Formats: sequence, C-alpha cells, structure tokens
Amino acid sequence: MTTLVSSPHDWGRHRVQQVMLQVLLALTPGIAAMFWYFGWGVLINIVIATASALGAEALMLRLRERPLQPAITDFSAVVTAVLFALSVPPTLPWWMTVLGMLFAIVIVKQLYGGLGYNPFNPAMAAYVLLLISYPVAMTHWLPPSVLSKETIDLFDSLRIIFGGTPPASGWDAITMATPLDQMRNGLGQDMMISEIRESPVWGDFGAKGWEWVANWYALGGLWLLYKRVIGWRIPVAMIAGLVVIAALFSLGNPESYPHPLFHVFSGGIVLGAFFIATDPVTASTTPRGQLIYGFLIGVLVYVIRTWGGYPDGVAFAVLLMNMAAPTIDYYTRPRVFGHREDEHE
Amino acid sequence: MSLPLTKNRHLHRFHGGLHLPDHKLESTLLTILDVGVPPLLTLPLQQHIGHIAEPVVEVGDQVMKGQLIARAEGFVSAPLHAPSSGRIQAIEERPFPHPSGLPTRAILIETDGLDEWGPLPEPLPDFEQTNRDLLLERIRWAGIVGLGGATFPTSVKLSPGKNKKIHTLILNGAECEPYITCDDMLMREQAERIITGLAVIRHILSPNECLIGIEDNKPEAIAAMREALKAAELEATEIIEIPTKYPSGGEKQLIYILTGEEVPSQHIPADIGIVCHNVGTAAAVADAVIDGKPLLSRTLTLGGDALKQAQNVHSPLGASIHWLIEQIGGYKTQAKRLVMGGPMMGVPLRNDDYPIVKGSNCLLALSPEQAPPEEPARPCIRCGECARVCPVELLPQQLYWHTRAKDFDEVQSYDLFDCIECGCCAYVCPSYIPLVQYYRYAKSEIWSQEEEKKKADLARQRHEARQARLARLEHERKARLRKKKEALEKRGAGKADDPKKAAIQAALKRVEARKAAQTATAAPNGDST
Repeated sequence: MTTLVSSPHDWGRHRVQQVMLQVLLALTPGIAAMFWYFGWGVLINIVIATASALGAEALMLRLRERPLQPAITDFSAVVTAVLFALSVPPTLPWWMTVLGMLFAIVIVKQLYGGLGYNPFNPAMAAYVLLLISYPVAMTHWLPPSVLSKETIDLFDSLRIIFGGTPPASGWDAITMATPLDQMRNGLGQDMMISEIRESPVWGDFGAKGWEWVANWYALGGLWLLYKRVIGWRIPVAMIAGLVVIAALFSLGNPESYPHPLFHVFSGGIVLGAFFIATDPVTASTTPRGQLIYGFLIGVLVYVIRTWGGYPDGVAFAVLLMNMAAPTIDYYTRPRVFGHREDEHE
Repeated sequence: MSLPLTKNRHLHRFHGGLHLPDHKLESTLLTILDVGVPPLLTLPLQQHIGHIAEPVVEVGDQVMKGQLIARAEGFVSAPLHAPSSGRIQAIEERPFPHPSGLPTRAILIETDGLDEWGPLPEPLPDFEQTNRDLLLERIRWAGIVGLGGATFPTSVKLSPGKNKKIHTLILNGAECEPYITCDDMLMREQAERIITGLAVIRHILSPNECLIGIEDNKPEAIAAMREALKAAELEATEIIEIPTKYPSGGEKQLIYILTGEEVPSQHIPADIGIVCHNVGTAAAVADAVIDGKPLLSRTLTLGGDALKQAQNVHSPLGASIHWLIEQIGGYKTQAKRLVMGGPMMGVPLRNDDYPIVKGSNCLLALSPEQAPPEEPARPCIRCGECARVCPVELLPQQLYWHTRAKDFDEVQSYDLFDCIECGCCAYVCPSYIPLVQYYRYAKSEIWSQEEEKKKADLARQRHEARQARLARLEHERKARLRKKKEALEKRGAGKADDPKKAAIQAALKRVEARKAAQTATAAPNGDST
C-alpha cells in the first residue's frame, strides 16, 4: 500500500533542529572569545541558562498538554538561553539567570503558543526585565582579561555567581564600567571624546577585548550568511542604520558624538545584528520589510545610547521593532509575478 | 533569411526557484522502449481540460486502430481514438490519475493483438499549401492536448482569436522537474518530428519568431534539435539554452526567461501575443498533419529507485502502469509512493492499477528511502525560506497562516490564485509543513464557496422572479376584473340598444299596457255588476 500525500514528493532535508544547531555552532567563536576575555562566568551562565530554559520548556509543554518531542529537542530554547547568557554580565547571580529564563520561556514564549508564535524575542525580553529590575547587578561587568590586574578563576566565578560574594578585594577591584558606560560618563562630565580616549582601555574602534569579541561574533554571523541560515538584509540594514545616523552626528561634532565605528564595535551591535535581530519568528519577513526593520533597529540603538537612560539599547530597539514587524510586513508585500506595482495600495 | 542559431540572447531570471538534484541520468541510459500493446486498454473519457468526451461505440463493438471511440463535446474538449484494434469490453467508471482521486467513465478495449489500422484521413505533407482551418480541424480531430501535463486542447490554443496577433511562438523543452526525461529523450531521438510539428504550428499562427527553450542539463537534446533545425531551414527560429532551475518549464516562467515579459495575473500568454507548446505536443501535431494519425500513444518516463531499471517507454494510451513496469523489468523493492508526474507536482496514486493518459509524462515509484519521511509538521518559525524560493514572489507563510485561520478573503488578498503549486515552498520548509496542500485546500474551499454563492444567487433570483411573476399575474388579473366591471357598468348605464333587453322591456311594456287595458275594461264591467 502506498501513501497518498499531496505533492511535492521530495524534500529539502532541512529541519528546524538543524537551523538552531547551526546558530549555536556559529556562536562558538564568540563564546570562546567571551570566555577568553571574561572568564568562567560566561560558561557558568550558559550552563545555568540552558538548564533552566529546558526545564521551563518541559514544564510548560507538560502544562499545555503538548508532547515533549519534538519541541524539546528542536534546540530553540537552547538558542534563547545562550543568547541571553552572552548578553548578561559574567557575575550575574544564578537566580537572576534562572528568573530571566523562566520569564523568557514561560511568559514570552510558551504563553503565546510556543515556538513560532511569540511576538517578542524571548532572550531580549528577559534581558530587559532584569535590566529594569536589577540595574546594578546587570551592569557589574568584568574588565576584559587584557586589562585586568586580578585573575578570576573558576572558584572565584562560582563564588560570585552562587554565593553572591565578591572576592576578598571587593567589587570595585574586579569590575569595570563597559566602554559604552565610560564613554557615556565622560560625555556626561562634558569631556571631549579625544580626552576620554586617552585612557588605555581603548582599542582601534571600541575598547580592547570587547572589539575582538565583536569580531568573533561577526565571523560566526558571516558563516550563517554563507550557509543561508540568515539573510543579509537585517544585519546589513541594522549596521547601516546605526552608521548613517552616527556619522551624521559625528561629522557635525566629532568631539561630542563618537565615531560610527565606535558604536558598531561596542555593546551588543554585532551579536544583535547577526544573531538577535535576525530571529525569524519576531522579525519582519518581507525583503523590503527586513531592510526597514533592520535600519530602524540601528537608528533606535543610537537614539537610546545617545539620549536614552541606558548605556546600550540593542534589547530595547529589538523589542520595539518586534512590535512594528507585523505592520511593516503588511505594507511591504512584494509585487507578485504578473501583477502591477500599485495593485495593493 | 534565417538568424544565426547561436545569437547571444539576454535571458531573464525569475525570482526564487530551486536547484534540485535532477535524477535524470538513470532514465536516459537506455533508448525509448516501444512496449507494444497490452491485453487491455483503459481509456478515461476525460484526459483533457474541458468537457468530457462522449462515447460513440457500444460494448461488444469491434474497433480498429485509430478509430474514433469518443467524440469531443463542445469547443474545449478532445476526442479519443482506439490505440489498438480489439473489442469494446465495457464502458464504466474506473480509477483515474487525478488529484481528486475520483473515478471517471472510461472505455475498456480488449485488444486482439493484430494492431490493425482502420481508415485514416488523408496525410497533409504539403501543409504550407493547406488552409489553416483545415489544419486546425485535423489537430482537433486527432485529439491532441498539451502533452507536458496540462492537457489543454491544442487546437483551442492554436485559435487565439482574430484580434490577438501572436508575435512569439515558444516551444517548451525545459523539462525542469527531476526524474522526468521523456521530452529529453524525444528531442534526442525524434528531433525532426518535433521541428516538423513546430513548422506546422508556425504556419497556423504565423508569429514573428519561434524560440525553443531547453535547460542546459540536456546537451544531447540541444545538439540533436540544433541539427534538425539546421536541416529544416526554419526562418527566425532559435534554440535557446536556459539555465537549469526549477520551475523554468512552467509556462509563465519560461516566457519570462526567454522574453522578459510577464503574463499578467488571470491572463493567458495569448493575451500578450505569445503561445507556448510542449515539444511532445509538436511531435503529435506532426503525426496528425503529415501522417494523418490521431494521438494514440505517448512517451513517458518510468522512474524512481523502487524500479529495477528506470527507462522511457513509448506506450499506447490506456496501458496500465502495472503492465508497463513489468515490461521494463519490474520492481526492485516495494514502492512507498507511486506518483503520476514528477516529484514536485505529481499526483499520488493508490496502486499501480491506473492507466496511462494523455497527460502522463512520468510515473515514479519511490522507495521508502527516497520518499519524504512522514513526520508531523512542526510550527512555522517564519524563517522565510518559502518566500525566498517562490517563483511567483508570493508570501507562502502569510497564505499558510490565513488558510489555517480559514480567512479566505485575506488568503485571496495575498494572491492565492497566482500560486502555481510548484512545491518549492514545501520542499524547503524546515518544519515540514505541507504548504501546497494548504493552498489546494484554500482554493477548493473558495471555489466551493463561490459555487454555493452562485447557487444561492440563482435561488434568490428564481425566488425573486417567481414573486415578480406572481405579482404581475395578480396585477393582471385585477386589471382584467376591473376592466370587465367598468365595461359592465358602462353598458348598464347607457344600454338601450341591447336587442334582448329592448325586447324584454318592450314585452314588459306590452304586458303592462295589456294589464292596464284589462283593468280599464274590467272596471266598468265590475261596476256594472
């Protein structure tokens, strides 16, 4: 007996699972760089986040009376967990990571219907929840190892994350403001950018260490582009949006508005452009829509960084544009073959 | 004067499409096999788009090869001829390779093995001196339909109407679906016949130029066609190698590749002065015109790795798939899926007991390893791969969401009816969502809703017409009564001229007068007493 199934009778052998695994694989250079510069905390956060995301996913699938398979093995929760873990400081108390993942999976993802139905990026929603609720813990960044005098080993990291206690030398000895914070504080004290950049922390574009992490993320992102897991439009448009607006201000007043490349290589731009804004579920899906979506994220990041209340704005910008994505899609439908350009307007 | 055959022509790229593993080598190792005549032929009466054919034979009749057994009903229809000599065994409902899975009426011929020809019409080798209407009539008589699989009656396509000037004739030899090689092999082995058919069609339509589009994965076919074209010395005719990409053989896609013109939505190519025919159809036209033979057989690919050996066969229409597969060595393993047509757009079959019809270009027997896994669909992650590969530039996922929500108005606003069901979207979907199935469902729902609406409209119109008729009758009846009454009243008023009444009145007067006279005479008498 043969099976009666509608055409096509051949298939491309892609799977959701495979897409998610490719994203994780593309993140490994970035993860390795983060580990190199910021130590064990990065890996510990990934482990805690992954375990709690999978736990929350399983719990919710059971409560929603959905089969665990294949949802639990599609790796979508793992991707959310890793992206979240890479966005938070490597000193974050363990329970905050757990809280963030519970929020991301239970409320932002599963309560909206699970994979494919969530309007907001779960990792970014969790990040924003923690940033608003625990601003101090969320800004306790370590300096990259190239600048650090203290070395923090595995046990120090475990003590910090699980014990909530700083090493003997105290928080101030081990933490350091992020480059975006330093720039922001300096500008806040009416310093010139050339003065701010006299500090030894700065590298070619951003700050030492940080800009190299961005390069490794970009490497993974380019591989995703090459493998066609993501399209070029969102990352290119997002970076273009940021560069264009930053260039406009920077050219006008280079001592008060940092160089566009400083913006690109600081904070979450590269990670965001290749791995977060490209989350297909929450992004725009039409070709023109993706250009608009990405460009406006870039512009919003600049606006939030320059005039907003937070040092970085990638998470906020992505969530704001998630809201706009359905509308953008509606107005940017491509012209269908054999139809006139103006037919749907 | 003829154009150089290798003119550099700018080709156009349509959006999306797929580079598929083509699986074409397996069935092109052997030449086309003529399988002869099976003991039983099953000929469904509807092997074409249009009105079902009407049988002109009865059970028990002896028929000769080439004899008409069912005539075309109406303009868009096609007749059927006996593919071999024999006896009509039955005329009954039989399974038919169609997406609906519904059976259709068919004529069954028990062949006698003699394969004896009946009388045929006169061959028309000098077609260039023949009246066009006569040629069209011949093609119509032969029962030729689009052999690429669309099965639209060819004679109808060749009569675009007086006001439509055809400037470009396209011959479709793209054959873009994997596995299918029947056009490839036909071009390799019978290129002259195809070019002759092209010459006939060209004589009928008199276009400015003819373009023959062949995908560049068929170098032997291209060489053979070039050779034949050179020998035929056809003017303004060009063979164009097009890049291999599915679905470049779709009519509207091929026209775009070759000319850069988009056939507008809801229109046919003739509306923009283009007519497109399959190479197999051209060969059938040559048979009908040059030899006076009707369409009795076709070339098709038997493929898929459940077969011992894939091969192209030249088979009489009506032969069963089961019999055909036996002729080429049978099955290697049990087929997981049987498909009439290619892997991207073919119709699934329940078993191998179906007949070959005019539109059958391929029969696939897929092994369990080849057939797609039967996994439940996962949620759509909106990855947009489907939109990237859609050759019509639709938004497949929006169509999917709105179909799931049964919001058919919205589905139509996303141009559902421009979907050509090529299957690219479902092929690439990482969540295994059977997208094409959703679109077919939406289309049939919309059609049946429209049908319902038509019926309801008709019922309403009938009801309204009846109400109006009743009202009119009532009005007329009242008017008649009123007229009668008025007439009576008028008569009653001034009717002294009615002879009957006058006579009665006169009689009454006379009676009164007599009575008066009697009283007058009686009184003195009485007084006297």
